[in-house]
Amino acid sequence: MAVIEAEQERGLANAMVPALGRVAQVKKETSDTFTLAVEPASAEPLAGFQPGQFSMLYVFGAGELPISISGDPQERSRLVYTVRSVGKLTQLLVSRKPGDVIGVRGPYGTHWPLKAARGKDVLIVAGGIGLAPLRPAIYHILRHRADYGRLIVLYGARSPRDLIYRRQIEEWARLPDAQVLATVDYGGVAWHGHVGVVTGLFRYVRLQPFHTVALICGPEIMMRYVIWELETRGLQPGDLHISLERNMKCGIGFCGHCQYGPNFLCKDGPIFPYHEIRSWFGKYEL
Amino acid sequence: MTIENVTDTLREHPFLQGFRPDHIDKLAAMASEVRFGKNELIFHEGDESSFFYLLLSGSVALEVPTPGRTVRVATLGHGEELGWSSILPSTHVKQFQARSLEEVRALGFDGERLRHACEEDYSFGYALLRAVLQVVASRLQATRIQLLDIYSPVSSKA
Repeated sequence: MAVIEAEQERGLANAMVPALGRVAQVKKETSDTFTLAVEPASAEPLAGFQPGQFSMLYVFGAGELPISISGDPQERSRLVYTVRSVGKLTQLLVSRKPGDVIGVRGPYGTHWPLKAARGKDVLIVAGGIGLAPLRPAIYHILRHRADYGRLIVLYGARSPRDLIYRRQIEEWARLPDAQVLATVDYGGVAWHGHVGVVTGLFRYVRLQPFHTVALICGPEIMMRYVIWELETRGLQPGDLHISLERNMKCGIGFCGHCQYGPNFLCKDGPIFPYHEIRSWFGKYEL
Repeated sequence: MTIENVTDTLREHPFLQGFRPDHIDKLAAMASEVRFGKNELIFHEGDESSFFYLLLSGSVALEVPTPGRTVRVATLGHGEELGWSSILPSTHVKQFQARSLEEVRALGFDGERLRHACEEDYSFGYALLRAVLQVVASRLQATRIQLLDIYSPVSSKA
Protein backbone atom coordinates (compact mmCIF):
# COMPACT_ATOMS: atom_id res chain seq x y z
CA MET A 1 0.00 0.00 0.00
CA ALA A 2 2.76 2.41 0.97
CA VAL A 3 4.57 1.56 -2.31
CA ILE A 4 1.46 2.36 -4.37
CA GLU A 5 0.98 5.68 -2.56
CA ALA A 6 4.62 6.58 -3.08
CA GLU A 7 4.27 5.75 -6.81
CA GLN A 8 1.15 7.89 -7.04
CA GLU A 9 2.89 10.76 -5.31
CA ARG A 10 5.86 10.46 -7.67
CA GLY A 11 3.45 10.48 -10.64
CA LEU A 12 1.76 13.60 -9.35
CA ALA A 13 5.06 15.29 -8.72
CA ASN A 14 6.19 14.52 -12.28
CA ALA A 15 2.93 15.87 -13.65
CA MET A 16 3.64 19.15 -11.91
CA VAL A 17 7.08 19.55 -13.52
CA PRO A 18 6.90 21.80 -16.58
CA ALA A 19 8.74 21.23 -19.82
CA LEU A 20 10.79 24.17 -21.02
CA GLY A 21 9.48 26.15 -23.94
CA ARG A 22 11.10 29.00 -25.79
CA VAL A 23 8.95 31.86 -27.00
CA ALA A 24 9.48 31.95 -30.76
CA GLN A 25 7.08 34.70 -31.73
CA VAL A 26 4.73 37.22 -30.14
CA LYS A 27 1.99 38.72 -32.28
CA LYS A 28 -0.33 41.51 -31.21
CA GLU A 29 -3.95 40.66 -32.00
CA THR A 30 -5.71 43.59 -30.30
CA SER A 31 -4.73 46.25 -27.79
CA ASP A 32 -4.71 43.70 -24.96
CA THR A 33 -4.52 40.32 -26.68
CA PHE A 34 -1.40 38.61 -27.97
CA THR A 35 -0.59 35.31 -29.64
CA LEU A 36 2.55 33.53 -28.52
CA ALA A 37 4.23 30.70 -30.40
CA VAL A 38 6.27 28.45 -28.13
CA GLU A 39 8.88 25.94 -29.30
CA PRO A 40 10.69 23.33 -27.21
CA ALA A 41 13.71 24.74 -25.43
CA SER A 42 15.40 21.35 -25.38
CA ALA A 43 15.64 18.29 -27.61
CA GLU A 44 12.47 17.00 -25.95
CA PRO A 45 9.47 17.92 -28.16
CA LEU A 46 6.43 19.58 -26.62
CA ALA A 47 3.47 17.24 -26.35
CA GLY A 48 0.81 17.27 -29.10
CA PHE A 49 -2.75 18.26 -28.31
CA GLN A 50 -6.39 17.83 -29.28
CA PRO A 51 -8.42 20.90 -30.30
CA GLY A 52 -9.90 22.49 -27.18
CA GLN A 53 -7.23 21.42 -24.72
CA PHE A 54 -5.15 23.79 -22.65
CA SER A 55 -1.66 24.02 -21.18
CA MET A 56 -0.44 25.35 -17.86
CA LEU A 57 2.07 28.07 -18.73
CA TYR A 58 4.62 29.03 -16.13
CA VAL A 59 6.19 32.47 -15.96
CA PHE A 60 9.14 31.60 -13.77
CA GLY A 61 9.26 33.51 -10.55
CA ALA A 62 5.70 34.74 -10.98
CA GLY A 63 3.29 31.85 -11.34
CA GLU A 64 1.38 29.50 -13.57
CA LEU A 65 -1.89 29.85 -15.44
CA PRO A 66 -4.08 27.81 -17.78
CA ILE A 67 -4.17 28.96 -21.40
CA SER A 68 -6.05 27.31 -24.25
CA ILE A 69 -4.02 26.16 -27.20
CA SER A 70 -5.05 28.17 -30.24
CA GLY A 71 -2.78 26.86 -32.99
CA ASP A 72 -3.00 24.19 -35.65
CA PRO A 73 -2.99 20.71 -34.07
CA GLN A 74 -1.15 19.39 -37.12
CA GLU A 75 1.77 21.72 -36.48
CA ARG A 76 4.03 19.67 -34.23
CA SER A 77 6.99 21.99 -33.92
CA ARG A 78 5.32 24.67 -31.81
CA LEU A 79 2.37 25.35 -29.57
CA VAL A 80 0.41 28.55 -30.04
CA TYR A 81 -1.47 30.42 -27.32
CA THR A 82 -3.63 33.51 -27.51
CA VAL A 83 -3.61 35.43 -24.25
CA ARG A 84 -5.59 38.43 -23.12
CA SER A 85 -3.69 40.60 -20.71
CA VAL A 86 -6.07 41.08 -17.82
CA GLY A 87 -3.92 40.72 -14.72
CA LYS A 88 -0.37 40.72 -13.45
CA LEU A 89 0.44 37.19 -14.62
CA THR A 90 -1.10 37.46 -18.08
CA GLN A 91 0.61 40.84 -18.46
CA LEU A 92 3.93 39.18 -17.65
CA LEU A 93 3.19 36.33 -20.06
CA VAL A 94 2.34 38.56 -23.04
CA SER A 95 5.39 40.72 -22.39
CA ARG A 96 7.71 37.74 -22.96
CA LYS A 97 10.12 38.36 -25.81
CA PRO A 98 11.25 35.89 -28.49
CA GLY A 99 13.93 33.72 -26.91
CA ASP A 100 12.50 33.92 -23.39
CA VAL A 101 11.92 30.58 -21.70
CA ILE A 102 8.65 29.65 -20.00
CA GLY A 103 7.35 26.45 -18.43
CA VAL A 104 4.75 24.37 -20.24
CA ARG A 105 2.68 21.59 -18.67
CA GLY A 106 0.04 19.61 -20.41
CA PRO A 107 -1.91 19.55 -22.62
CA TYR A 108 -4.80 18.94 -20.28
CA GLY A 109 -8.53 18.62 -20.36
CA THR A 110 -11.21 17.33 -22.65
CA HIS A 111 -11.40 18.30 -26.32
CA TRP A 112 -14.03 19.26 -28.89
CA PRO A 113 -15.92 16.17 -30.13
CA LEU A 114 -14.62 16.33 -33.69
CA LYS A 115 -14.80 12.57 -34.20
CA ALA A 116 -18.45 12.46 -33.18
CA ALA A 117 -19.18 15.45 -35.40
CA ARG A 118 -18.02 13.68 -38.56
CA GLY A 119 -20.70 13.64 -41.23
CA LYS A 120 -22.58 16.49 -39.57
CA ASP A 121 -22.68 20.26 -39.97
CA VAL A 122 -20.46 22.00 -37.44
CA LEU A 123 -21.61 25.28 -35.98
CA ILE A 124 -18.96 27.26 -34.14
CA VAL A 125 -20.09 30.15 -31.96
CA ALA A 126 -17.43 32.26 -30.31
CA GLY A 127 -17.36 35.45 -28.30
CA GLY A 128 -14.32 37.63 -27.70
CA ILE A 129 -11.22 35.61 -26.97
CA GLY A 130 -13.42 32.48 -26.96
CA LEU A 131 -12.42 32.03 -30.58
CA ALA A 132 -8.93 31.01 -29.42
CA PRO A 133 -9.77 27.46 -28.17
CA LEU A 134 -12.06 26.97 -31.17
CA ARG A 135 -9.47 27.86 -33.79
CA PRO A 136 -7.73 24.44 -33.60
CA ALA A 137 -11.12 22.83 -34.31
CA ILE A 138 -11.54 25.07 -37.37
CA TYR A 139 -8.04 24.13 -38.55
CA HIS A 140 -8.92 20.47 -38.13
CA ILE A 141 -12.21 20.73 -40.01
CA LEU A 142 -10.65 22.68 -42.86
CA ARG A 143 -7.91 20.06 -43.10
CA HIS A 144 -10.44 17.23 -43.15
CA ARG A 145 -13.15 19.05 -45.06
CA ALA A 146 -14.70 15.96 -46.66
CA ASP A 147 -15.39 14.45 -43.22
CA TYR A 148 -17.83 17.20 -42.25
CA GLY A 149 -20.95 18.88 -43.56
CA ARG A 150 -21.29 22.64 -43.58
CA LEU A 151 -18.94 24.72 -41.45
CA ILE A 152 -20.60 27.74 -39.90
CA VAL A 153 -18.60 30.16 -37.76
CA LEU A 154 -20.38 32.93 -35.86
CA TYR A 155 -18.11 35.29 -33.99
CA GLY A 156 -18.96 38.27 -31.83
CA ALA A 157 -16.77 40.89 -30.20
CA ARG A 158 -17.24 44.25 -28.57
CA SER A 159 -15.97 46.36 -31.44
CA PRO A 160 -14.01 45.86 -34.68
CA ARG A 161 -10.81 46.58 -32.73
CA ASP A 162 -11.55 43.63 -30.44
CA LEU A 163 -11.81 41.01 -33.19
CA ILE A 164 -8.93 38.55 -33.00
CA TYR A 165 -7.53 36.67 -36.02
CA ARG A 166 -9.21 39.27 -38.23
CA ARG A 167 -7.28 38.48 -41.41
CA GLN A 168 -7.86 34.78 -40.94
CA ILE A 169 -11.59 35.32 -40.43
CA GLU A 170 -11.69 37.19 -43.74
CA GLU A 171 -9.88 34.28 -45.40
CA TRP A 172 -12.28 31.72 -43.94
CA ALA A 173 -15.22 33.86 -45.05
CA ARG A 174 -14.00 33.59 -48.65
CA LEU A 175 -14.01 29.79 -48.56
CA PRO A 176 -16.81 28.42 -50.74
CA ASP A 177 -17.86 25.73 -48.29
CA ALA A 178 -17.95 27.78 -45.08
CA GLN A 179 -20.28 30.43 -43.75
CA VAL A 180 -18.34 32.81 -41.53
CA LEU A 181 -20.04 35.81 -39.96
CA ALA A 182 -18.61 38.29 -37.50
CA THR A 183 -20.50 40.87 -35.54
CA VAL A 184 -19.61 43.64 -33.12
CA ASP A 185 -21.65 45.32 -30.40
CA TYR A 186 -20.88 48.72 -31.87
CA GLY A 187 -18.80 49.99 -34.73
CA GLY A 188 -17.74 53.13 -36.49
CA VAL A 189 -18.64 54.01 -40.06
CA ALA A 190 -15.54 52.22 -41.35
CA TRP A 191 -17.00 48.90 -40.18
CA HIS A 192 -19.22 47.48 -42.90
CA GLY A 193 -19.92 44.21 -41.18
CA HIS A 194 -22.76 43.20 -38.92
CA VAL A 195 -23.55 45.18 -35.77
CA GLY A 196 -25.46 43.49 -32.97
CA VAL A 197 -25.08 40.64 -30.54
CA VAL A 198 -23.80 37.26 -31.71
CA THR A 199 -27.22 35.65 -31.25
CA GLY A 200 -28.51 38.05 -33.91
CA LEU A 201 -26.43 36.17 -36.48
CA PHE A 202 -28.59 33.07 -36.20
CA ARG A 203 -31.19 34.60 -38.48
CA TYR A 204 -28.69 34.41 -41.35
CA VAL A 205 -28.01 30.74 -40.80
CA ARG A 206 -30.08 27.70 -41.70
CA LEU A 207 -29.55 25.02 -39.08
CA GLN A 208 -30.46 21.36 -39.44
CA PRO A 209 -31.39 20.45 -35.85
CA PHE A 210 -30.56 16.74 -35.88
CA HIS A 211 -27.60 17.10 -38.20
CA THR A 212 -25.63 19.83 -36.45
CA VAL A 213 -23.04 19.83 -33.69
CA ALA A 214 -22.46 23.18 -32.01
CA LEU A 215 -19.14 24.12 -30.40
CA ILE A 216 -19.49 27.20 -28.22
CA CYS A 217 -16.92 29.24 -26.33
CA GLY A 218 -17.11 32.67 -24.82
CA PRO A 219 -18.13 34.35 -21.60
CA GLU A 220 -20.76 32.28 -19.78
CA ILE A 221 -23.43 34.92 -20.14
CA MET A 222 -22.95 34.83 -23.91
CA MET A 223 -23.09 31.03 -23.99
CA ARG A 224 -26.32 31.10 -22.01
CA TYR A 225 -28.04 33.24 -24.68
CA VAL A 226 -26.52 31.17 -27.47
CA ILE A 227 -27.84 27.96 -25.92
CA TRP A 228 -31.32 29.46 -25.55
CA GLU A 229 -31.29 30.41 -29.21
CA LEU A 230 -30.04 27.02 -30.33
CA GLU A 231 -32.57 25.12 -28.25
CA THR A 232 -35.31 27.35 -29.68
CA ARG A 233 -34.08 26.32 -33.11
CA GLY A 234 -34.40 22.65 -32.21
CA LEU A 235 -30.81 21.66 -31.51
CA GLN A 236 -30.49 18.91 -28.93
CA PRO A 237 -28.63 19.56 -25.65
CA GLY A 238 -26.37 16.59 -26.40
CA ASP A 239 -25.24 18.27 -29.61
CA LEU A 240 -24.23 21.47 -27.84
CA HIS A 241 -20.69 21.52 -26.46
CA ILE A 242 -19.39 24.36 -24.37
CA SER A 243 -16.04 25.28 -22.92
CA LEU A 244 -16.15 26.48 -19.33
CA GLU A 245 -13.56 28.22 -17.27
CA ARG A 246 -12.83 28.58 -13.59
CA ASN A 247 -9.74 29.34 -11.60
CA MET A 248 -7.36 26.44 -12.03
CA LYS A 249 -4.24 25.68 -10.10
CA CYS A 250 -2.84 22.19 -10.63
CA GLY A 251 -4.48 21.33 -13.97
CA ILE A 252 -4.64 17.63 -13.10
CA GLY A 253 -7.69 17.32 -10.86
CA PHE A 254 -5.72 17.27 -7.63
CA CYS A 255 -6.16 20.62 -5.91
CA GLY A 256 -9.91 21.15 -6.37
CA HIS A 257 -9.70 24.84 -7.27
CA CYS A 258 -11.73 24.40 -10.43
CA GLN A 259 -14.51 22.26 -8.97
CA TYR A 260 -17.79 22.70 -10.84
CA GLY A 261 -20.56 20.69 -9.27
CA PRO A 262 -19.29 17.10 -9.31
CA ASN A 263 -16.62 17.90 -11.90
CA PHE A 264 -13.15 19.34 -11.95
CA LEU A 265 -12.93 21.57 -14.96
CA CYS A 266 -9.27 20.83 -15.57
CA LYS A 267 -9.74 17.08 -15.94
CA ASP A 268 -13.46 16.48 -16.59
CA GLY A 269 -13.64 19.66 -18.70
CA PRO A 270 -13.14 22.33 -19.82
CA ILE A 271 -15.36 21.09 -22.66
CA PHE A 272 -18.65 19.48 -21.75
CA PRO A 273 -21.71 18.36 -23.66
CA TYR A 274 -24.35 20.78 -22.44
CA HIS A 275 -26.75 18.07 -21.25
CA GLU A 276 -24.12 16.84 -18.77
CA ILE A 277 -23.81 20.16 -16.95
CA ARG A 278 -27.10 21.89 -17.64
CA SER A 279 -28.26 21.55 -14.03
CA TRP A 280 -25.15 23.44 -12.92
CA PHE A 281 -24.90 25.91 -15.76
CA GLY A 282 -25.75 29.48 -14.80
CA LYS A 283 -25.93 28.74 -11.06
CA TYR A 284 -24.87 31.85 -9.24
CA GLU A 285 -22.96 29.97 -6.54
CA LEU A 286 -20.83 28.09 -9.07
CA MET B 1 -43.12 44.72 -59.60
CA THR B 2 -46.71 43.65 -60.28
CA ILE B 3 -49.27 43.37 -57.47
CA GLU B 4 -49.07 39.55 -57.81
CA ASN B 5 -45.31 39.68 -57.38
CA VAL B 6 -45.67 41.96 -54.37
CA THR B 7 -48.18 39.58 -52.81
CA ASP B 8 -45.88 36.60 -53.38
CA THR B 9 -42.91 38.51 -51.98
CA LEU B 10 -44.86 39.54 -48.90
CA ARG B 11 -46.11 36.01 -48.34
CA GLU B 12 -42.54 34.78 -48.14
CA HIS B 13 -41.22 37.61 -46.01
CA PRO B 14 -40.27 36.38 -42.49
CA PHE B 15 -41.86 39.41 -40.85
CA LEU B 16 -45.27 38.40 -42.17
CA GLN B 17 -45.16 34.72 -41.24
CA GLY B 18 -48.58 33.72 -39.90
CA PHE B 19 -50.40 36.63 -41.55
CA ARG B 20 -53.79 35.78 -43.08
CA PRO B 21 -54.02 35.97 -46.90
CA ASP B 22 -56.47 38.91 -46.73
CA HIS B 23 -54.02 40.78 -44.50
CA ILE B 24 -51.24 40.13 -47.00
CA ASP B 25 -53.50 41.44 -49.78
CA LYS B 26 -54.21 44.56 -47.76
CA LEU B 27 -50.48 45.17 -47.31
CA ALA B 28 -49.76 44.44 -50.98
CA ALA B 29 -52.19 47.18 -51.99
CA MET B 30 -50.21 49.67 -49.90
CA ALA B 31 -46.69 48.56 -50.83
CA SER B 32 -44.31 50.23 -53.19
CA GLU B 33 -40.92 48.92 -54.19
CA VAL B 34 -38.02 51.17 -53.22
CA ARG B 35 -34.29 51.01 -53.82
CA PHE B 36 -31.46 52.78 -52.08
CA GLY B 37 -27.93 53.11 -53.41
CA LYS B 38 -24.89 52.20 -51.34
CA ASN B 39 -24.17 54.60 -48.47
CA GLU B 40 -27.46 56.46 -48.84
CA LEU B 41 -29.17 57.94 -45.78
CA ILE B 42 -32.64 56.40 -45.71
CA PHE B 43 -33.75 58.62 -42.85
CA HIS B 44 -32.13 60.94 -40.35
CA GLU B 45 -32.36 60.98 -36.58
CA GLY B 46 -35.20 63.32 -35.64
CA ASP B 47 -37.11 62.84 -38.90
CA GLU B 48 -40.81 62.49 -38.40
CA SER B 49 -41.61 58.83 -38.77
CA SER B 50 -43.04 58.24 -42.19
CA PHE B 51 -42.16 55.01 -43.95
CA PHE B 52 -42.08 51.46 -42.78
CA TYR B 53 -39.91 49.09 -44.84
CA LEU B 54 -39.67 45.36 -45.28
CA LEU B 55 -36.14 44.64 -46.47
CA LEU B 56 -35.80 42.31 -49.45
CA SER B 57 -32.06 42.52 -50.07
CA GLY B 58 -28.99 44.43 -48.96
CA SER B 59 -28.21 45.65 -45.49
CA VAL B 60 -28.89 48.80 -43.51
CA ALA B 61 -27.01 50.22 -40.53
CA LEU B 62 -28.72 52.07 -37.72
CA GLU B 63 -26.43 54.83 -36.57
CA VAL B 64 -26.27 57.42 -33.83
CA PRO B 65 -24.37 60.52 -34.89
CA THR B 66 -22.50 62.11 -32.02
CA PRO B 67 -20.10 65.05 -32.11
CA GLY B 68 -16.94 63.85 -33.80
CA ARG B 69 -18.08 60.35 -34.63
CA THR B 70 -20.95 58.22 -35.75
CA VAL B 71 -21.61 54.94 -33.96
CA ARG B 72 -23.26 51.98 -35.64
CA VAL B 73 -25.49 50.25 -33.12
CA ALA B 74 -27.26 47.65 -35.28
CA THR B 75 -27.45 46.29 -38.77
CA LEU B 76 -30.54 44.94 -40.49
CA GLY B 77 -30.75 42.72 -43.52
CA HIS B 78 -32.98 40.63 -45.73
CA GLY B 79 -36.11 39.45 -43.98
CA GLU B 80 -36.11 42.23 -41.42
CA GLU B 81 -38.08 45.42 -41.10
CA LEU B 82 -36.94 48.99 -40.80
CA GLY B 83 -38.81 51.93 -39.31
CA TRP B 84 -41.33 50.31 -36.98
CA SER B 85 -41.85 53.65 -35.23
CA SER B 86 -43.72 54.91 -38.30
CA ILE B 87 -46.64 52.77 -37.18
CA LEU B 88 -46.85 54.81 -33.98
CA PRO B 89 -48.68 58.17 -33.83
CA SER B 90 -47.19 60.88 -36.00
CA THR B 91 -45.64 62.73 -33.07
CA HIS B 92 -43.01 60.00 -33.01
CA VAL B 93 -39.67 60.86 -34.57
CA LYS B 94 -36.81 58.60 -35.71
CA GLN B 95 -34.37 57.81 -32.93
CA PHE B 96 -31.56 56.70 -35.24
CA GLN B 97 -30.38 57.42 -38.69
CA ALA B 98 -30.47 54.58 -41.19
CA ARG B 99 -27.82 54.14 -43.88
CA SER B 100 -27.69 51.57 -46.65
CA LEU B 101 -24.41 49.65 -46.48
CA GLU B 102 -24.92 48.25 -49.95
CA GLU B 103 -27.64 48.50 -52.56
CA VAL B 104 -30.91 47.91 -50.75
CA ARG B 105 -34.22 46.72 -52.14
CA ALA B 106 -37.31 46.98 -49.96
CA LEU B 107 -41.05 47.30 -49.94
CA GLY B 108 -42.09 50.62 -48.40
CA PHE B 109 -45.37 51.45 -46.68
CA ASP B 110 -46.64 54.86 -45.74
CA GLY B 111 -46.93 54.90 -41.95
CA GLU B 112 -50.10 56.96 -41.91
CA ARG B 113 -51.88 54.62 -44.32
CA LEU B 114 -50.81 51.67 -42.19
CA ARG B 115 -52.20 53.34 -39.07
CA HIS B 116 -55.49 54.02 -40.81
CA ALA B 117 -55.69 50.41 -41.98
CA CYS B 118 -55.11 49.26 -38.40
CA GLU B 119 -57.92 51.50 -37.14
CA GLU B 120 -60.32 50.33 -39.83
CA ASP B 121 -59.64 46.64 -39.40
CA TYR B 122 -58.75 45.64 -35.86
CA SER B 123 -57.91 42.10 -36.82
CA PHE B 124 -55.35 43.40 -39.35
CA GLY B 125 -54.17 45.93 -36.78
CA TYR B 126 -53.69 43.21 -34.18
CA ALA B 127 -51.70 41.03 -36.60
CA LEU B 128 -49.47 43.91 -37.63
CA LEU B 129 -48.85 45.23 -34.13
CA ARG B 130 -48.18 41.72 -32.84
CA ALA B 131 -45.50 41.27 -35.51
CA VAL B 132 -44.05 44.69 -34.71
CA LEU B 133 -44.10 43.90 -31.01
CA GLN B 134 -42.09 40.75 -31.69
CA VAL B 135 -39.49 42.85 -33.47
CA VAL B 136 -39.44 45.43 -30.68
CA ALA B 137 -39.11 42.68 -28.05
CA SER B 138 -36.22 41.01 -29.85
CA ARG B 139 -34.45 44.36 -30.32
CA LEU B 140 -34.99 45.19 -26.66
CA GLN B 141 -33.52 41.82 -25.73
CA ALA B 142 -30.57 42.40 -28.07
CA THR B 143 -30.01 45.82 -26.53
CA ARG B 144 -30.05 44.31 -23.05
CA ILE B 145 -27.48 41.74 -24.10
CA GLN B 146 -25.37 44.52 -25.60
CA LEU B 147 -25.64 46.40 -22.30
CA LEU B 148 -24.40 43.32 -20.48
CA ASP B 149 -21.20 43.74 -22.44
CA ILE B 150 -21.03 39.99 -22.73
CA TYR B 151 -17.56 39.76 -24.19
CA SER B 152 -15.81 41.69 -21.47
CA PRO B 153 -15.81 39.30 -18.47
CA VAL B 154 -12.28 38.29 -17.77
CA SER B 155 -10.82 35.22 -16.16
CA SER B 156 -7.61 33.31 -16.03
CA LYS B 157 -8.16 30.89 -18.90
CA ALA B 158 -8.29 32.36 -22.37
